[in-house]
Amino acid sequence: MNKSSAPFLCKDYRVNLMNNKLSIPDERVKEMSAFRNSLIRPELGGIIGTIVVFIIFIFLASDSGMFSSQGVLNWSIVSAQFMIIAVGACLLMIAGEFDLSVGSMIGFAGMLIAIFGVTFGWPMWMAILLTFAICIAIGALNGFICIRTGLPSFIVTLAFLFILRGFTIFLPQTIERKTIIGGIREAAEGDWLGAVFGEKLFMGFFQYLGDLGIISVFSRGTRAGEPIVNGIPMLIVWALILVAFGHILLTKTRFGNWIFASGGDAEAARNSGVPVNKVKILMFMFTAFCATVFATCQVMEFGSAGADRGLLKEFEAIIAVVIGGALLTGGYGSVIGAALGALIFGVVQQGLFFAGVESSLFRVFLGLILLGAVILNTYIRRLITGER
Amino acid sequence: MSGVVKPTQGEIIVNGEQKFFNNPRDAMQAGIATVHQHLAMIPLMSVSRNFFLGNEPTKKIAGIQFFDRKYADRKTMEAMSKMGINLRGPDQAVGTLSGGERQTVAISRAVHFGAQVLILDEPTSALGVRQTSNVLATIDKVRNEGVAVVFITHNVRHALAVGDRFTVLNRGQTHGTAMRGDITPEDLQNLMAGGQELATLEGSLGGTV
Repeated sequence: MNKSSAPFLCKDYRVNLMNNKLSIPDERVKEMSAFRNSLIRPELGGIIGTIVVFIIFIFLASDSGMFSSQGVLNWSIVSAQFMIIAVGACLLMIAGEFDLSVGSMIGFAGMLIAIFGVTFGWPMWMAILLTFAICIAIGALNGFICIRTGLPSFIVTLAFLFILRGFTIFLPQTIERKTIIGGIREAAEGDWLGAVFGEKLFMGFFQYLGDLGIISVFSRGTRAGEPIVNGIPMLIVWALILVAFGHILLTKTRFGNWIFASGGDAEAARNSGVPVNKVKILMFMFTAFCATVFATCQVMEFGSAGADRGLLKEFEAIIAVVIGGALLTGGYGSVIGAALGALIFGVVQQGLFFAGVESSLFRVFLGLILLGAVILNTYIRRLITGER
Repeated sequence: MSGVVKPTQGEIIVNGEQKFFNNPRDAMQAGIATVHQHLAMIPLMSVSRNFFLGNEPTKKIAGIQFFDRKYADRKTMEAMSKMGINLRGPDQAVGTLSGGERQTVAISRAVHFGAQVLILDEPTSALGVRQTSNVLATIDKVRNEGVAVVFITHNVRHALAVGDRFTVLNRGQTHGTAMRGDITPEDLQNLMAGGQELATLEGSLGGTV
């Protein structure tokens, strides 16, 4: 009930009966201040956080090369890695579910590519496509079990966290008697699909910038004259594509409306004719797809797959999403916010390194920022729904 | 009538045609919409997104179907102002609306999507006086647009405020149907009370029931 209307009740009711409509202005119709209005945008925390983080590191680490071409590439790659998994986690969280198996999925996918492409010697494009198919199928299985049993996705995907990690260690040990499989870069040489994940873009442009002296170049050695940063890695391109795709899907399509509805109130969404189960399972599959993109880019970059890859990534993805303003309970959030959360993540992690701060403090910072973000989000939700 | 329970006897005739509803979707196809006590609304989503939930308008850009936000926003604002609800904007979250306003959004949504018969299951049961009068006003407006309304309530005064024809049901049995003007409020009240005289009770409460 509306507390403020109580004093007017008698008068108001009479007016109401005579005119058959409300004649006093409703206080909820009043224009909200621009500040409050912008507060209910999910990206706000991410935007402020990004600005603050950049200001801090411009003061703290500007002379350490953090903002040279090499430094920028360094934290851009780390941020892009977080972005790729954050997009999937974000859409899934808005649809009302979690996936804790993302980290294990990264290790598992990388290992599959190595086993198919190196140990079995299959062409790299076939290894990658098959890995994608298997991982997306596992994502669908995750979703299917959650929907069918009605169990919280937290538990189901926790089970897969262990199952997939177990296989990631078991498979290479029984097949190759080791936990790291190398030689992927050589196996992917000249492969068209390998290039989609491991190549660099705009190399000519960067050479041109280097020749002009805008970015630094190697001054000696076999690569003298070549720019240190010789292109934009496909990892970053993938991150930007996925963020754009996720954002458009969520805000500009009817399917996006269904994602919000499925997470906001699954029962109400079903009553309105939204195929909630389909939406959720598709989001699990998309999260698995993002994890596999991450894994593929990683093994192409490192040239090897390790059994411990992707450890704790599921939590880092969730933290980036929450910093980006999404509610853990679902139904609210933004892909742009999640991408900014990932950017904050990457800049701080690498920035502390550039600033010479003990890197273990990064985790302290992480915990603090997560706590702050969740408290802010709870406050925002109260603003939107008017709960007290 | 809404298609949840199949009739044991009698027949349902829509536009002169006998119909059999196997499920709620059949009933909706025939233009019979039910607004439940548990509303199909999502508090965290905006009014316009809720209004078109499950029936999103789309437009094609470069062969891809996009959600037509502008159209949805415009239609929502039109429908809402027709019902006398002033929104701050179509992007206002449903969570900020009062219970009565949510009922109104649900009702006007059903009407917008072509409902000819509207079944309202106790829309006023959990509302305050002012909100109740808003919902009753909405029912009146919808009726004037030519939509038949089946209004289920436990409150005589709410029924008398908008009803043309009253049917009292008790455990699936009808206790009688009366036209407006053929029955006094007292008689109707007694009928709803299960035929027992409320006289003694009324005396002690000073006629306020």
